[in-house]
Amino acid sequence: MRIESLDQFEALKAQSLENEANRKQQVLVCCGTGCLASGSKKVAEAFADEIAKRSMDATVDLFVKSTGCHGFCERGPLVVLNPQGILYTKVKPGRVEEIVEKTLVGGEVIPGLLYKDPVSGERVEQYGEVPFYRHQVRVAMRNIGRVDPTDILDAISQGAYSGVAKALFEMTPHEVIGEVATSGQRGRGGAGFNTARKWQACKDAPGERCYVLCNGDEGDPGAFKDRSIMEGDPHSVIEGMIIGAYAVRTNEGFIYVRDEYPLAVVNLTIAIREARKYGLLGENIMGSGFDFDIKISRGGGAFVCGESSALMRSLEGKTGEPRAKYVHSTDKGLFDLPTVLNNVETWAGIGAIIDRGGAWFASMGTERSKGTKAFSLVGKVKNTGLIELPMGTTLRHIIYDIGGGILKDRPFKAVQTGGPSGGCVPEELLDLPVDYEELTEAGSMMGSGGMIVMDDRTCMVDVSRFFLAFLEEESCGKCTPCREGLKQMLHVYDRIIADKGIDGDIELIEKLAAGMQLGSLCELGKSAPNPVLSTLRYFRSEYEAHISDHACPAGVCRELTAFEIIEDECDGCHLCFKACPVDAITGVVKELHLIDHEACISCGACLDVCPTDSIRTFPKHEGARFNNV
Amino acid sequence: MAETLCSDLSKAEEILERYPPEEPALIQVLQDVHRAYNYLPCDVLERVAEALDVPLAKVFSVSTFYKAFSLEPQGDTIVKVCTGTACHIRGAGQLVEELERQLGVGPDETTEDFKFTIKTVNCVGACAMAPLVIVGEQYFGSAKPAKVSKYLAEGCADEN
Repeated sequence: MRIESLDQFEALKAQSLENEANRKQQVLVCCGTGCLASGSKKVAEAFADEIAKRSMDATVDLFVKSTGCHGFCERGPLVVLNPQGILYTKVKPGRVEEIVEKTLVGGEVIPGLLYKDPVSGERVEQYGEVPFYRHQVRVAMRNIGRVDPTDILDAISQGAYSGVAKALFEMTPHEVIGEVATSGQRGRGGAGFNTARKWQACKDAPGERCYVLCNGDEGDPGAFKDRSIMEGDPHSVIEGMIIGAYAVRTNEGFIYVRDEYPLAVVNLTIAIREARKYGLLGENIMGSGFDFDIKISRGGGAFVCGESSALMRSLEGKTGEPRAKYVHSTDKGLFDLPTVLNNVETWAGIGAIIDRGGAWFASMGTERSKGTKAFSLVGKVKNTGLIELPMGTTLRHIIYDIGGGILKDRPFKAVQTGGPSGGCVPEELLDLPVDYEELTEAGSMMGSGGMIVMDDRTCMVDVSRFFLAFLEEESCGKCTPCREGLKQMLHVYDRIIADKGIDGDIELIEKLAAGMQLGSLCELGKSAPNPVLSTLRYFRSEYEAHISDHACPAGVCRELTAFEIIEDECDGCHLCFKACPVDAITGVVKELHLIDHEACISCGACLDVCPTDSIRTFPKHEGARFNNV
Repeated sequence: MAETLCSDLSKAEEILERYPPEEPALIQVLQDVHRAYNYLPCDVLERVAEALDVPLAKVFSVSTFYKAFSLEPQGDTIVKVCTGTACHIRGAGQLVEELERQLGVGPDETTEDFKFTIKTVNCVGACAMAPLVIVGEQYFGSAKPAKVSKYLAEGCADEN
């Protein structure tokens, strides 16, 4: 049914809320990319089968809902039981019958499925009490995990499109921009440009037509907040875009989605279709007289298309090459018309800002960075996943309180933020409050919110080389400093990790970096030296060790590293034997194992699996300490 | 060479009918063509260029710019290893090596029997499950080199 007036929308919302309240016993099964990979679809099906088998709908009134990503992907598949609020982790289809029998019918909690806090070792029953969730404040991700992304009524019951109703019926476009200005929201894609100022600039630009775009080309490796939002709550993105379109007076919008995110495309497509059906997209939205519609465009798998002008070229069907920035997109963007381009998370926050007021949003965060920010906390940390926190939260709080500390309690070395354009922040800056400026001053950047935690087994030269190789591959090749600078820099890095580094290499890298920062056309090239410069700033001694001492302190770079088994430590568990890809390890169970240095390729697979820390690395040129082979 | 073969153009015609015959549709058309033919055959590209009124050189430019497109026929099953940052520091490199050992081909190469093509991708956004191997449509999180042959078998079984 089409919504023809504000009253009809309110009635539908009330009805949806009532329906939701009537579903007394709910089973929420996370069906984000992470949990799907762990088999959550089969879990959801098993619940549906179990219910059918018991025809429980009559007695317990059970309702199974496939939701978007809860963010805690590592513990997937996740199942939440409401109203009890119980979180079960790593649920296999085989345990579904037991859950229904014991917990839903018998009211008994199954301890083995509860989350075990790696810090305290205790089992946590309640979803909200799990440290990973307890510290979070969710705005952009407010409905993810709570709603079925393919059910628009479910989303409406949780407040979706209320912001649209308020904007269209109670506010002028001018007031909408004013409210967003009050919120102080800055772009969540990385650069942190003030949202309201961008909208105002587009509105003021001459010309009849303009566009609003959503940048869903989340290319930063290690970041997946936009994927989760598009998959788990696509209506929040659509809602934000309708409000933005109303503010700048346009009828056309595009969402550009990364090619690597197939589920996001599916869920967005369903959401747009449903929104059209209910008159929330298309002509005369909610009977307000305002027309707006959205098309989805899939990317072609090019990192540079996350750059605004490259994204617009790609939408035009061209190769995604950026252009010089003295022409602003808000003046001449897509098809040379004024264009507002915002990130997925930015759009997702707009509905809440209009609905609850800009002042509410601005009450969170720091002086210069308002509101909350989504991060993907990944790498060598115990609790990996997606989190949203007020700006200004310290890195220590994020990594130790929410992340539960470093995997295997190894020493922390650095956290990489901002993707290939960001940098590595060392231990001495762990108390840094995270906002746009603080990160930039530390030589990194906010970027799209990736936080990759690294331990002492991560080589900073190798990590920098990784980003360079990534960027060298992704550079569009249009401007020389970026194209050639990256190639030459990578050449120097390859030399260093191959134990062929020479005096002056560090200075050469710095010189190339300065040239690229100065001469590159777009931010990809300008910011490409960031990982290099930040690791040189905080971990220069590691570079020097590679070049002068012919040693990789982290034991990662293969040409510099050898492995051996410490005689008194090895208990002969045989795991390294099984893990070795080249059969370089000999030994039988319960006896000392040995590494054949001739056959060993220094991959480190044995060290990763060793439960007793009996394998040590040493610089290749030093020779083994123990008498292995 | 694949170019000398004549492709069945009827699938391309069907795709072209779904889009307005103009340049902005080019990438979307190429994506559909790629899915239908498993790569971008040369003669189909010529037809696309003609239908959308875009110079063939531009069609090639777009086809070679984006990573999603291949001008070579692909294997029945695409095996992707995520080499994003989180996967990199959790050992994606070893997974690529193990795949190379097992299949005898490297990244962006296809086995002789056209069963598998190995690809590396820069992050699939499932970093919490790092490292990842994706066989066909099946995702394998916290992947281990020792289990690579199992992933290949399971991923293929799932496709059929």
